[in-house]
Amino acid sequence: MTQPLEYLKETPSQTAGPYVHIGCTPNFTGINNVYAEDLGTSMVNDLTEGERITVKGTVFDGMGAPVKDALVEVWQADAKGLYNSPSEMRGAADPNFTGWGRCPGDMETGEFTFETVKPGVVPFKDGRPMAPHITFWVVARGINIGLHTRMYFPDEDAANKSDPILTRIEHQQRVPTLIAKKEDGIYRFDIHLQGDNETVFFDI
Amino acid sequence: MSNKKVETGAFFSRDRAWQPPAFTPTYKTSVLRSPRKALLSLDNTMSEITGPVFGHNQIGEFDNDLLLNFSETGELPVGERIIVHGRVLDERGVPVPGALIEMWQANAGGRYRHKKETYLAPLDPNFGGCGRIITDDNGFYSFRTVKPGPYPWPNGVNDWRPAHIHFSVFGHGFAQRLITQMYFEGDPLIWKCPIVRAIPDEAAVNQLIAPLDMANTIPMDSLAYKFDIVLRGRRSTLFENRREGN
Repeated sequence: MTQPLEYLKETPSQTAGPYVHIGCTPNFTGINNVYAEDLGTSMVNDLTEGERITVKGTVFDGMGAPVKDALVEVWQADAKGLYNSPSEMRGAADPNFTGWGRCPGDMETGEFTFETVKPGVVPFKDGRPMAPHITFWVVARGINIGLHTRMYFPDEDAANKSDPILTRIEHQQRVPTLIAKKEDGIYRFDIHLQGDNETVFFDI
Repeated sequence: MSNKKVETGAFFSRDRAWQPPAFTPTYKTSVLRSPRKALLSLDNTMSEITGPVFGHNQIGEFDNDLLLNFSETGELPVGERIIVHGRVLDERGVPVPGALIEMWQANAGGRYRHKKETYLAPLDPNFGGCGRIITDDNGFYSFRTVKPGPYPWPNGVNDWRPAHIHFSVFGHGFAQRLITQMYFEGDPLIWKCPIVRAIPDEAAVNQLIAPLDMANTIPMDSLAYKFDIVLRGRRSTLFENRREGN
């Protein structure tokens, strides 16, 4: 006999369903008298340090149709590469930047938009720099467990080529699924759940 | 804030045999919305170990009271009055204080207040269907609401969702992010539901079924259901080499 380990099991995930907005962005679906504003609507304010950027994109299903009921969350470091989190021990992040954003897909087009700043460099576990990136988390009807991925920047070619995560991807032709496109001054990051251009998703 | 030492370790790896797979064809919408390539395993970096925190100044004191938080007239919603309460713990059994829980549900007739909802059951003018709370120093939370009704949904020709409440939970790291659904003890629809049955392990399904908790009912007022939520555990950082500035 040994001592029991007695760890608990993680609560199983279930789909967010088509009505995730009621709980996460109620004002977006017309419930305007309960919360003053939907959490995650704004990541920056007038005092936020760094280069302002706009990230837009759409989640697509395996037939190439937009997933109009998706809810997308992002989490990222500030312009200096620090996270606004108690677990950040390297220094104090910009107090005027939340690092976290949440956006429901547009009910007609599925498009999401984040007004944020370009993140700085964050070290990998071994101290090597990771290329600037934004963590994405996607839920929707039909997605049984939230999907994690990352967006990298097209204007960081050298950093991307030495990034500890991107260089680990066995099928290097899939790397472009993680790199946003620069279009008319904004970054576009479309997420493909399935198909030839299936985005690389992470088991983190 | 708690005066406990801040934890910076990576999280236990997720047990993918316990969690539902992405592709579950009896839940038809998953067919075109499930990645078919293997997920890329990534031991947590700072980007996953850290996560946003939410302060009590960001939410209202009564956001967790669905009997009152929507009603403009002061009338109560129709339905069985219930308290849903429990703790957020991690896999080590350690309480998770400061966790933001957002919940949403249908009304007592099984109707959601949403722009895209078309079920013929009526809206309740005194029920919105959303609530939120931040767990206390010991990980406890509670909501007051009405028991949601079951409702039909287009999957099979005659599929019904068991009564359920949706939960969205933030722990201390973004890798702990979780959305799930809570079911009610004794509901015969649970085991017929294709969404529930996306979870392969019966014991894992049982983890989503809240028991009736007579000890926490309020006599002549409300029944109570207890629902504990377990987030991924954090690895200890003992003996791990930490580089300067990392």
